[in-house]
Amino acid sequence: MSDDTQDQTGQELVQSTGGATKELRPGEWPPADVEHHLRRTDTDPKAQARAVRQVATMFMLSVLFVILFIVAFIAIPRDAVVSIPFIGPISALNSAMGLTFGLAIFLIGAGAVHWAKKLMSNVEVVQERHPMKSTPEETALAADIYEVGRDQSTWAKYPIIRRTMLAAMALVPIPFVISLRDLWIQPASVSTPSVELKTTIWEPGMRLVTDITYQPIKADEIPVGGLVNAVPENLPEVEEEEHNLNARAKAAVIVVRMLPEEIQSQQAPEGDNWDYNGVLCYSKICTHVGCPISLYQQRTHLLLCPCHQSTFDLSDSAEVVFGPAYRRMPQLPITVDDEGYLVAVSDFAEPVGPSYWEISRP
Amino acid sequence: MSTESQAVSNEPQSGVEQKGAAAATYVDERVHSNSWLSRNLNKVFPDHWSFMLGEIALYSFVVVLLSGVYLTLFYKPSVVEVIYDGPYIPLKGVQMSEAYDSALAISFEVRGGLLMRQIHHWSALFFVVAIAVHMFRIFFTGAFRKPRELNWVIGMTLALLALGAGFTGYSLPDDLLSGTGLRIIEGILLAIPVIGTWASFLLFGGEFPGVDIISRLYGIHILLIPGIIVAMITVHLMLVWSQKHTQFPGPGRTDKNVVGYPLMPVYMAKAGGFFFLIFGLITIIAGIVQINPIWIFGPYTPDQVSAGTQPDWYIGWLDGALRLMPNLEWVIFGYTLSLNVFIPTVILPGLIVTAAIIYPWLEAWATGDKREHHLLDRPRNAPTRTALGVMAITFYVVLWIGGGNDVIAVGFDLSINFMIWLLRFSLIILPALAFIITKRICLSLQRRDRDLLLHGRETGRILRLPHGEFIEVHAPINDNERARIEGKPDIKPLPEPPETDSAGVANPKYKSGKRRAGLSRFIHRDAIEKPTADEIHHADEHIAEQVEMEKPLLEREEAMHVAHDGAVLSKPPLETDVLESGDPADSSSNGSGSNSQQ
Repeated sequence: MSDDTQDQTGQELVQSTGGATKELRPGEWPPADVEHHLRRTDTDPKAQARAVRQVATMFMLSVLFVILFIVAFIAIPRDAVVSIPFIGPISALNSAMGLTFGLAIFLIGAGAVHWAKKLMSNVEVVQERHPMKSTPEETALAADIYEVGRDQSTWAKYPIIRRTMLAAMALVPIPFVISLRDLWIQPASVSTPSVELKTTIWEPGMRLVTDITYQPIKADEIPVGGLVNAVPENLPEVEEEEHNLNARAKAAVIVVRMLPEEIQSQQAPEGDNWDYNGVLCYSKICTHVGCPISLYQQRTHLLLCPCHQSTFDLSDSAEVVFGPAYRRMPQLPITVDDEGYLVAVSDFAEPVGPSYWEISRP
Repeated sequence: MSTESQAVSNEPQSGVEQKGAAAATYVDERVHSNSWLSRNLNKVFPDHWSFMLGEIALYSFVVVLLSGVYLTLFYKPSVVEVIYDGPYIPLKGVQMSEAYDSALAISFEVRGGLLMRQIHHWSALFFVVAIAVHMFRIFFTGAFRKPRELNWVIGMTLALLALGAGFTGYSLPDDLLSGTGLRIIEGILLAIPVIGTWASFLLFGGEFPGVDIISRLYGIHILLIPGIIVAMITVHLMLVWSQKHTQFPGPGRTDKNVVGYPLMPVYMAKAGGFFFLIFGLITIIAGIVQINPIWIFGPYTPDQVSAGTQPDWYIGWLDGALRLMPNLEWVIFGYTLSLNVFIPTVILPGLIVTAAIIYPWLEAWATGDKREHHLLDRPRNAPTRTALGVMAITFYVVLWIGGGNDVIAVGFDLSINFMIWLLRFSLIILPALAFIITKRICLSLQRRDRDLLLHGRETGRILRLPHGEFIEVHAPINDNERARIEGKPDIKPLPEPPETDSAGVANPKYKSGKRRAGLSRFIHRDAIEKPTADEIHHADEHIAEQVEMEKPLLEREEAMHVAHDGAVLSKPPLETDVLESGDPADSSSNGSGSNSQQ
């Protein structure tokens, strides 16, 4: 900017535009009462010619980049990779298209702004404002029109029409709202949503299988300190049948093994144990807002949720030891079948996943 | 004024212009458009860099729309399970939803698909950032004041819609990261008292994740939200247009005028060109900077998650609030109230948004200010408002840091527990501290302004007077600066309301009036008083005196100045005897040589 306001001798050129010294053309605003700085393009024809060349060059380059874009689109294979310093290897096609297209657009803008700054008038002008408030005459006229209309409509005269119309207008959106009810098509067997949240597909005697390859898990094959992600054996069939992931979202569990003497407490009632030789099974779905958890610290038996850092002590009934979760992680009672594979004794005793309004209702 | 283009004024119309005029007439005879053009084609807009923030938001929204339309041609909003058989080797044979499969196809098979996806994501980020910064510009300069309160509300609504658009769009690729975000949304819905479980079942069509959510979000993302945004932006701009843009105080600028450049031609070129600059910049970034690489995250499955997952920055603060909240849960009459989720994700943002929306009326009530404002406040001249704004930003930043506390804990080798406790305390202490510090800084800047008016600018030039006194010469400040400083509004706190009227009847509004006066005192407390016209006049005279005193010295330097090599050929004698006797004149002449150019 400072370049523009000085001529070659370094002396600043300031032209006062205050007062109506020059006659305005129709459609031209009066100049503002501020110092007007002449730019080099205002005084030096060479600078002016240079600016014209610069603007035209930018527009021409834009055209060139469009052509380059077409070339890139045709010539560069989809899977070519190019390495850009500081950014790393990226798709050659994508970056070539982005750069050529982006520059083609950018140069139009650069040309237009340069044109405005160097060659268009830079005289600041004044336009008057008018208060937003209407004139008293306009307001009075509007009030008169309203009163004529009100009287002609008989709105004030017949309260019964007024009230019934307001009632009708208030109620008419209801069918639309009610139509939204079947956003959830309720199965006949389900009385209320909260019932569905209480149970999972775990059943007595159902085998635990690994979550990706669906292999049954031998209790003895889990090392002490180890962790296995597991799901119920019938999950693939259920998913096949229901075409959704709902069962998995509730039934996913983690199996950990610790030395039996390390277990301080379990969720089983007095005198009962839900582990099998130190193998414990807990829900994988956080009781806070439902993230699946598998960050397990074997030395401390702490389970940490990666989403909001709720921490549960698996050696102590998975009670919350830190973080925003309130409820402990539900435990799945397990044992082994005749072949030594882990099986569930029953479904969870407590609801899995986040808390909800009716969670403590029977 | 002397340029060629303006000298050539009444050129005859070219052929194209004649055709254009005919077209304008054709349209005008049908829609009365020339009348509108006559009033608006040369509308004046004031110039300031911060006025471009809203423009950035607008232009990036246009880019979002353009790239979004392209993406709809290829994206399939379906959770039907398919087996991946595309060119991305690591996922070959993996079971995934059709939505994710089509997002992968856009990224790897459609030429320009990845570019458009990245343009869409980057421009969406530009959109939200620009809205946020634009909103703070409006807030800090008081542009929300009468008559612009309604446009503030529309702007706030647009900000919320932008967040909704961002979140719904983010969920559509159905990758592991976006699915985890949806899972958290389900948890938040479930925590809403009474209706939460139903709300969640209705949104997801049953239990999480169900099969409906992707197609439902799709409709909301590409039709409902953008439709409302377009309508709101239209009203937003129409109001800006009819109320005319605000301007900062400066020479010749008042509450009754607009000083700037006309729409045609300057703003057409500048604003129109700026659209292309923004579009081009986003496209270049999208070409070389990767964003949201969904193929790395893998398809969504509700039993997997990756550690260190972060939401986009504008949702991150809510995630931080979820992390910092202590684990409260109440059971009342057998029903469960999950305060640990409900407070940080529903109550907190609800309160913040409500406070922000009604702020213009709160401030007008507390200050009793019912005038129209078209001149902006400089942030320093509204210290309490500025301090409140910085306080809000600090609060937000602490929560946002909370949203990445695990990443920070790993990066700096801190314990997560320590981070959480540090942030919990910070959330209460830092905003209060920010308020106090900001207010003090504003007041100091006001004092500096006052000093500038009353004493001028310190030149660093020392003058010795005949009687031996040393003074520093103060120079007058320039017109721009003076107009800016004098534009400061002088507001007094509201007076205490009378307890009774003149007849001794108790004032029914006494209590609310007293509260209001208290608030007004709080806002205007410690205000730095604006100098009176008399004081300024006196100061001007004093400064002029000093300048006059220094003048002969400067003239002498001027005469000594030789343009080419700076060599001094001869020292002309000083006219007055004031400085003749003193050596300081010589020593100071070297140091001030460059200043005399002013």
